[in-house]
Amino acid sequence: MAANVKPRVRVPKTASKDEVIVIKTLINHEMETGLRKDKDGKIIPRQIINKFTAEFNGQKVFEADLEPAISANPYFEFSVKVPESGTMKFTWVDDNGSSYTEEQKIEVQ
Amino acid sequence: MGMHVTRRSALALGAGAAVLVGAALRSGGAEAAAEDTAKAISDLAGGKEPQAGRITLTAPEIAENGNTVPISVSVDGDLAAPDAVETVTIFAEGNPNPGVVSFHFTPLSGSAEASTRMRLAKTQNVIAVAKMRDGSVYMDKKEVKVTIGGCGG
Repeated sequence: MAANVKPRVRVPKTASKDEVIVIKTLINHEMETGLRKDKDGKIIPRQIINKFTAEFNGQKVFEADLEPAISANPYFEFSVKVPESGTMKFTWVDDNGSSYTEEQKIEVQ
Repeated sequence: MGMHVTRRSALALGAGAAVLVGAALRSGGAEAAAEDTAKAISDLAGGKEPQAGRITLTAPEIAENGNTVPISVSVDGDLAAPDAVETVTIFAEGNPNPGVVSFHFTPLSGSAEASTRMRLAKTQNVIAVAKMRDGSVYMDKKEVKVTIGGCGG
Protein backbone atom coordinates (compact mmCIF):
# COMPACT_ATOMS: atom_id res chain seq x y z
CA MET A 1 0.00 0.00 0.00
CA ALA A 2 3.02 2.23 0.26
CA ALA A 3 2.35 3.72 -3.15
CA ASN A 4 -1.01 4.99 -1.98
CA VAL A 5 0.15 6.64 1.21
CA LYS A 6 -0.48 10.34 0.92
CA PRO A 7 0.01 12.81 3.75
CA ARG A 8 -2.16 15.87 4.05
CA VAL A 9 -1.50 18.82 6.31
CA ARG A 10 -3.33 22.01 7.12
CA VAL A 11 -0.97 24.75 8.26
CA PRO A 12 -1.71 28.49 8.25
CA LYS A 13 0.52 30.18 5.66
CA THR A 14 1.08 33.23 7.81
CA ALA A 15 1.35 33.97 11.52
CA SER A 16 2.41 36.79 13.75
CA LYS A 17 5.63 36.37 15.74
CA ASP A 18 5.24 33.90 18.63
CA GLU A 19 1.63 33.18 17.68
CA VAL A 20 0.40 29.72 18.65
CA ILE A 21 -1.23 28.20 15.58
CA VAL A 22 -3.15 24.95 15.14
CA ILE A 23 -1.96 22.30 12.71
CA LYS A 24 -3.99 19.36 11.42
CA THR A 25 -2.49 16.34 9.71
CA LEU A 26 -3.89 13.22 8.13
CA ILE A 27 -2.27 10.34 6.30
CA ASN A 28 -4.16 7.57 4.58
CA HIS A 29 -3.00 4.27 6.03
CA GLU A 30 -4.90 1.14 7.02
CA MET A 31 -3.15 0.80 10.39
CA GLU A 32 -3.35 -2.99 10.22
CA THR A 33 -3.43 -4.11 13.85
CA GLY A 34 -1.87 -7.57 13.53
CA LEU A 35 -4.89 -8.98 15.34
CA ARG A 36 -7.10 -9.67 12.36
CA LYS A 37 -7.24 -12.90 10.41
CA ASP A 38 -7.73 -13.35 6.68
CA LYS A 39 -10.36 -15.65 5.22
CA ASP A 40 -8.04 -18.64 5.59
CA GLY A 41 -7.66 -17.94 9.28
CA LYS A 42 -4.12 -16.65 9.02
CA ILE A 43 -3.11 -13.60 11.01
CA ILE A 44 -2.71 -10.51 8.84
CA PRO A 45 0.66 -9.07 9.90
CA ARG A 46 0.73 -5.80 11.76
CA GLN A 47 1.57 -2.77 9.66
CA ILE A 48 1.01 0.63 11.19
CA ILE A 49 2.44 4.11 11.19
CA ASN A 50 4.39 3.90 14.45
CA LYS A 51 5.81 7.41 14.72
CA PHE A 52 4.85 10.92 13.71
CA THR A 53 7.15 13.92 14.07
CA ALA A 54 6.61 17.62 13.47
CA GLU A 55 9.62 19.98 13.29
CA PHE A 56 9.96 23.69 12.71
CA ASN A 57 13.26 24.81 11.12
CA GLY A 58 14.78 21.54 12.31
CA GLN A 59 13.61 21.83 15.91
CA LYS A 60 11.17 19.33 17.36
CA VAL A 61 7.67 20.71 17.91
CA PHE A 62 5.53 17.65 18.56
CA GLU A 63 5.93 13.91 18.35
CA ALA A 64 3.58 10.94 18.67
CA ASP A 65 4.30 7.24 19.20
CA LEU A 66 1.39 5.30 17.75
CA GLU A 67 0.01 1.91 18.71
CA PRO A 68 -2.44 -0.18 16.66
CA ALA A 69 -5.31 1.39 18.65
CA ILE A 70 -4.96 4.56 16.58
CA SER A 71 -7.66 4.59 13.90
CA ALA A 72 -6.97 3.98 10.25
CA ASN A 73 -5.84 7.14 8.46
CA PRO A 74 -4.11 8.60 11.53
CA TYR A 75 -5.21 12.15 12.30
CA PHE A 76 -3.43 14.60 14.59
CA GLU A 77 -4.25 18.08 15.66
CA PHE A 78 -1.69 20.02 17.71
CA SER A 79 -0.14 23.45 17.89
CA VAL A 80 3.13 25.24 17.24
CA LYS A 81 4.45 28.54 18.55
CA VAL A 82 5.98 30.30 15.55
CA PRO A 83 9.12 32.26 16.52
CA GLU A 84 10.11 33.29 12.97
CA SER A 85 9.41 32.55 9.33
CA GLY A 86 10.32 29.01 8.45
CA THR A 87 9.29 25.54 7.41
CA MET A 88 7.22 22.93 9.18
CA LYS A 89 8.34 19.42 8.33
CA PHE A 90 6.17 16.40 9.07
CA THR A 91 7.39 12.81 9.05
CA TRP A 92 5.41 9.58 9.38
CA VAL A 93 7.30 6.30 9.91
CA ASP A 94 5.78 3.04 8.70
CA ASP A 95 6.40 -0.40 10.28
CA ASN A 96 7.77 -1.47 6.89
CA GLY A 97 10.62 1.02 7.22
CA SER A 98 9.22 3.59 4.82
CA SER A 99 8.82 7.16 5.88
CA TYR A 100 6.59 9.80 4.36
CA THR A 101 7.26 13.50 4.64
CA GLU A 102 5.49 16.74 3.92
CA GLU A 103 6.67 20.34 4.32
CA GLN A 104 4.96 23.68 4.48
CA LYS A 105 6.28 27.19 4.90
CA ILE A 106 4.95 29.67 7.44
CA GLU A 107 5.65 33.34 6.97
CA VAL A 108 5.82 35.58 10.01
CA GLN A 109 4.29 38.97 9.26
CA MET B 1 -16.81 -10.61 6.59
CA GLY B 2 -14.96 -7.43 6.75
CA MET B 3 -11.86 -8.97 5.32
CA HIS B 4 -11.77 -6.80 2.27
CA VAL B 5 -10.71 -3.38 3.30
CA THR B 6 -11.50 -0.72 0.80
CA ARG B 7 -8.82 1.86 0.47
CA ARG B 8 -10.10 5.36 0.29
CA SER B 9 -7.89 7.56 -1.71
CA ALA B 10 -9.84 10.74 -1.27
CA LEU B 11 -9.80 12.04 2.26
CA ALA B 12 -10.71 15.40 3.59
CA LEU B 13 -9.00 16.96 6.55
CA GLY B 14 -11.42 17.73 9.27
CA ALA B 15 -14.12 15.52 7.87
CA GLY B 16 -14.46 12.15 9.51
CA ALA B 17 -11.65 9.89 8.51
CA ALA B 18 -12.62 6.93 6.41
CA VAL B 19 -13.87 4.07 8.48
CA LEU B 20 -12.68 0.61 7.70
CA VAL B 21 -15.85 -1.18 8.58
CA GLY B 22 -15.53 -4.07 10.92
CA ALA B 23 -11.82 -4.10 10.47
CA ALA B 24 -10.26 -2.59 13.49
CA LEU B 25 -9.66 -4.66 16.55
CA ARG B 26 -10.65 -8.19 15.73
CA SER B 27 -8.99 -10.06 18.49
CA GLY B 28 -8.93 -13.63 19.58
CA GLY B 29 -10.73 -12.49 22.68
CA ALA B 30 -7.64 -11.32 24.48
CA GLU B 31 -8.18 -8.02 26.21
CA ALA B 32 -5.99 -5.77 28.23
CA ALA B 33 -7.28 -6.26 31.72
CA ALA B 34 -7.59 -3.20 33.90
CA GLU B 35 -4.59 -4.61 35.81
CA ASP B 36 -2.43 -4.55 32.67
CA THR B 37 -3.35 -0.92 32.19
CA ALA B 38 -2.64 -0.16 35.84
CA LYS B 39 0.78 -1.80 35.49
CA ALA B 40 1.56 0.17 32.32
CA ILE B 41 0.62 3.40 34.11
CA SER B 42 2.69 2.47 37.14
CA ASP B 43 5.71 1.73 34.89
CA LEU B 44 5.25 5.07 33.15
CA ALA B 45 4.88 6.90 36.45
CA GLY B 46 7.94 5.23 37.95
CA GLY B 47 5.83 3.75 40.72
CA LYS B 48 4.31 7.11 41.69
CA GLU B 49 0.59 7.46 42.20
CA PRO B 50 -0.78 9.77 39.49
CA GLN B 51 -2.57 12.82 40.85
CA ALA B 52 -5.78 14.37 39.59
CA GLY B 53 -5.57 17.80 37.98
CA ARG B 54 -3.60 19.65 35.31
CA ILE B 55 -4.61 17.19 32.58
CA THR B 56 -8.01 17.06 30.91
CA LEU B 57 -9.04 14.21 28.65
CA THR B 58 -11.97 14.93 26.35
CA ALA B 59 -13.80 11.96 24.85
CA PRO B 60 -17.41 11.37 23.80
CA GLU B 61 -19.72 9.80 26.39
CA ILE B 62 -21.13 7.63 23.64
CA ALA B 63 -19.22 6.55 20.56
CA GLU B 64 -21.45 5.08 17.89
CA ASN B 65 -18.51 3.72 15.98
CA GLY B 66 -15.59 2.24 17.91
CA ASN B 67 -13.40 2.35 14.81
CA THR B 68 -12.88 6.06 15.04
CA VAL B 69 -13.42 7.78 18.37
CA PRO B 70 -12.21 11.39 18.62
CA ILE B 71 -10.18 12.18 21.75
CA SER B 72 -8.31 15.29 22.92
CA VAL B 73 -5.94 16.05 25.74
CA SER B 74 -5.00 19.35 27.26
CA VAL B 75 -2.45 20.02 30.00
CA ASP B 76 -2.16 23.24 32.03
CA GLY B 77 1.03 25.18 32.46
CA ASP B 78 3.79 27.03 30.64
CA LEU B 79 5.68 24.63 28.35
CA ALA B 80 8.96 26.37 29.19
CA ALA B 81 8.48 25.94 32.96
CA PRO B 82 10.45 23.37 35.01
CA ASP B 83 7.22 21.49 35.72
CA ALA B 84 5.97 21.58 32.12
CA VAL B 85 4.41 18.49 30.63
CA GLU B 86 6.76 16.33 28.59
CA THR B 87 4.62 13.37 27.58
CA VAL B 88 0.96 12.41 27.58
CA THR B 89 0.16 8.73 27.13
CA ILE B 90 -3.31 7.40 26.39
CA PHE B 91 -4.48 3.96 27.51
CA ALA B 92 -7.61 1.95 26.73
CA GLU B 93 -8.51 -0.55 29.45
CA GLY B 94 -10.80 -2.73 27.36
CA ASN B 95 -8.77 -3.07 24.16
CA PRO B 96 -6.62 -6.09 23.28
CA ASN B 97 -3.59 -3.98 24.22
CA PRO B 98 -3.74 -1.03 26.60
CA GLY B 99 -1.41 1.38 24.75
CA VAL B 100 -2.94 3.86 22.31
CA VAL B 101 -0.54 6.74 21.74
CA SER B 102 2.07 8.93 23.44
CA PHE B 103 2.30 12.63 22.66
CA HIS B 104 5.60 14.44 23.27
CA PHE B 105 5.44 18.19 23.72
CA THR B 106 8.23 20.78 23.56
CA PRO B 107 8.39 24.52 24.33
CA LEU B 108 7.80 25.05 20.58
CA SER B 109 4.44 23.28 20.90
CA GLY B 110 3.10 26.53 22.32
CA SER B 111 0.23 24.76 24.04
CA ALA B 112 0.00 21.23 25.39
CA GLU B 113 -3.05 20.20 23.47
CA ALA B 114 -3.46 17.40 20.97
CA SER B 115 -6.27 15.46 19.33
CA THR B 116 -6.47 12.20 17.45
CA ARG B 117 -8.91 9.38 16.65
CA MET B 118 -8.73 5.99 18.29
CA ARG B 119 -10.21 2.50 18.18
CA LEU B 120 -12.27 1.16 21.05
CA ALA B 121 -13.19 -2.52 21.03
CA LYS B 122 -16.08 -2.01 23.48
CA THR B 123 -17.38 0.23 26.27
CA GLN B 124 -14.45 1.02 28.54
CA ASN B 125 -12.35 3.59 30.36
CA VAL B 126 -9.91 5.71 28.41
CA ILE B 127 -7.08 7.06 30.57
CA ALA B 128 -4.65 9.89 29.88
CA VAL B 129 -1.46 10.17 31.93
CA ALA B 130 0.72 13.28 31.85
CA LYS B 131 4.35 13.08 32.87
CA MET B 132 5.99 16.37 33.77
CA ARG B 133 9.62 17.41 33.48
CA ASP B 134 9.91 17.44 37.26
CA GLY B 135 8.77 13.81 37.41
CA SER B 136 5.26 14.47 38.73
CA VAL B 137 2.43 12.53 37.12
CA TYR B 138 -1.20 13.48 36.55
CA MET B 139 -4.12 11.48 35.23
CA ASP B 140 -7.62 11.88 33.86
CA LYS B 141 -10.10 9.16 32.93
CA LYS B 142 -13.32 9.03 30.89
CA GLU B 143 -15.70 6.17 30.26
CA VAL B 144 -16.76 5.85 26.65
CA LYS B 145 -19.83 3.79 25.81
CA VAL B 146 -19.32 2.10 22.47
CA THR B 147 -22.38 1.20 20.41
CA ILE B 148 -20.58 -0.66 17.62
CA GLY B 149 -17.23 -1.95 18.76
CA GLY B 150 -14.16 -1.36 16.70
CA CYS B 151 -13.94 -5.08 16.07
CA GLY B 152 -17.07 -5.94 14.15
CA GLY B 153 -17.27 -9.26 15.88
